[in-house]
Amino acid sequence: MKTIYVDNAATTAMSDTAINAMLPYLKEIYGNPSSLHTAGQIAKEALDSAREKIAECLNCEAREIYFTSGGSEADNQAIRSAALNGARKGKKHIISTAFEHHAVLHTLKKLEKEGFEVTYLDVHSNGLITAAEVEAAIRRDTALVTVMYANNEVGTIQPIREIGDVCRRAGVVFHTDAVQAVGHIPVDVKADNIDMLSLSAHKFHGAKGAGALFVKRGIPLQTFVEGGAQERGKRAGTENLAGIASMAAALQEACENMEINCKKERLLRDKLIAGLLKIPHSKLNGDIENRLPANVNICFEGIEGESLLLLLDAKGICASSGSACTSGSLDPSHVLLALGLPHEVAHGSLRLSLSENNTEEEVEVILEEVPKVVEYLRNISPVWEELEKGSKPHLI
Amino acid sequence: MALYSEKVMDHFTNPRNVGKIEDADGIGEVGNAKCGDIMKIYLKIEKDVITDVKFNTFGCGSAIASSSMATELIKGKPISEALELTNKAVAEALDGLPAHKMHCSVLAEEAIRAAIKDYYDKNGISYDKSQFPDPHDEEEEHNFEQD
Repeated sequence: MKTIYVDNAATTAMSDTAINAMLPYLKEIYGNPSSLHTAGQIAKEALDSAREKIAECLNCEAREIYFTSGGSEADNQAIRSAALNGARKGKKHIISTAFEHHAVLHTLKKLEKEGFEVTYLDVHSNGLITAAEVEAAIRRDTALVTVMYANNEVGTIQPIREIGDVCRRAGVVFHTDAVQAVGHIPVDVKADNIDMLSLSAHKFHGAKGAGALFVKRGIPLQTFVEGGAQERGKRAGTENLAGIASMAAALQEACENMEINCKKERLLRDKLIAGLLKIPHSKLNGDIENRLPANVNICFEGIEGESLLLLLDAKGICASSGSACTSGSLDPSHVLLALGLPHEVAHGSLRLSLSENNTEEEVEVILEEVPKVVEYLRNISPVWEELEKGSKPHLI
Repeated sequence: MALYSEKVMDHFTNPRNVGKIEDADGIGEVGNAKCGDIMKIYLKIEKDVITDVKFNTFGCGSAIASSSMATELIKGKPISEALELTNKAVAEALDGLPAHKMHCSVLAEEAIRAAIKDYYDKNGISYDKSQFPDPHDEEEEHNFEQD
């Protein structure tokens, strides 16, 4: 059975380019970039070169890039750093949204316990917020606005440039978790008015365990990992050079091919959406226009997402769901709930996240298998029975 | 898949006794769609023996597998034995369930009890009410939330 991998928002397969880029640093170039000898300096050059490549892709300076272990660490450091800087000036208010990634939300929850006040902007049913809403929430004591570039579950792309503009005019630091956006859609930190941005290599065919934080020059960055002068003293620890090299190569490749990849993904995405919405009582989650080219997120009424995933997996299709059962908690995805979906509908969600490696044939197989699995699960579902009998109204 | 035992996957992908019984003698439904699990059990009973049993379940893989296993365990058994079925026995028969899925086996136990109670009520059979405590509602379930 051939595996059809459509969970690229979770992680991607490494590209040959990314693998080849990291190999030298696993073998012959093993020096520590902090060492003064030749072996170390060769490694240092590779580190600098990777930083330059990544800076070029984001349209910033190399010195504005700080390497981290991934997106979560970058989010943590950015938010905690901005909070600390704010607190020193008596500013202890932060603005975010209700549907951020947990790397952001959990950090904010901790900060609330430490005395910060957080405004979580409501997300509209289309999965978007507006710059005007951010503007209205900004106060004199606002230390930070953090809004994700693109949502990991429903794929909606926020009006980042406008939000950044609002923040800049108000003199508030603006951070964006761009883990799902970088390498997939054009991201330009200058044009987008971004002060801090988090990214992760494995979301664009790079290695796991490598990420970066962009911090605009002039914005102080606090250190949370002490013990060395790496990353200009902002993050101690010998660099994961192989991972970083793969990240730079993967990002460069992703940016070079972005237009072609987007076009291909969009075609496959739209075909999937049109095909899956033919299933009665199904609904696309998230705005169709302002949406990642590779994201499909659909709810099917009367069924539960985990059983849907397992049956698809049995047919070789690797997908994801916002169902409670897949998360280990009893509540379905906080993202789908933030969009205003009722619990019982949110349980029946399916996320398919494509990459440029997916094919038309794979989409055909998915469109053949998903309706069969949905029908099977509906046939054994007492919830569906009630909906069909009319003793409960259809919600979608 | 490492999440579930082979037995769970077998009962999930090839569930036994799935369906409905049109002229059921007892029907039990437990769970809540909001929480993502509803189990409905249909019983056919003759001379205090469960001669047939079917189920319909809305829920995750372990909920469907628990329903399937529970129906197997009580089919052909006297009511008295079915009432002794515990959620632990269902989970053990499935070679175990992950900790956060144990509530699925609880639902299976409760669904069977609810169906038997329905049979008693319909037929005017008196019974010890303490044997049929109200299934815990969703609020309680949320108490054992985990990260």
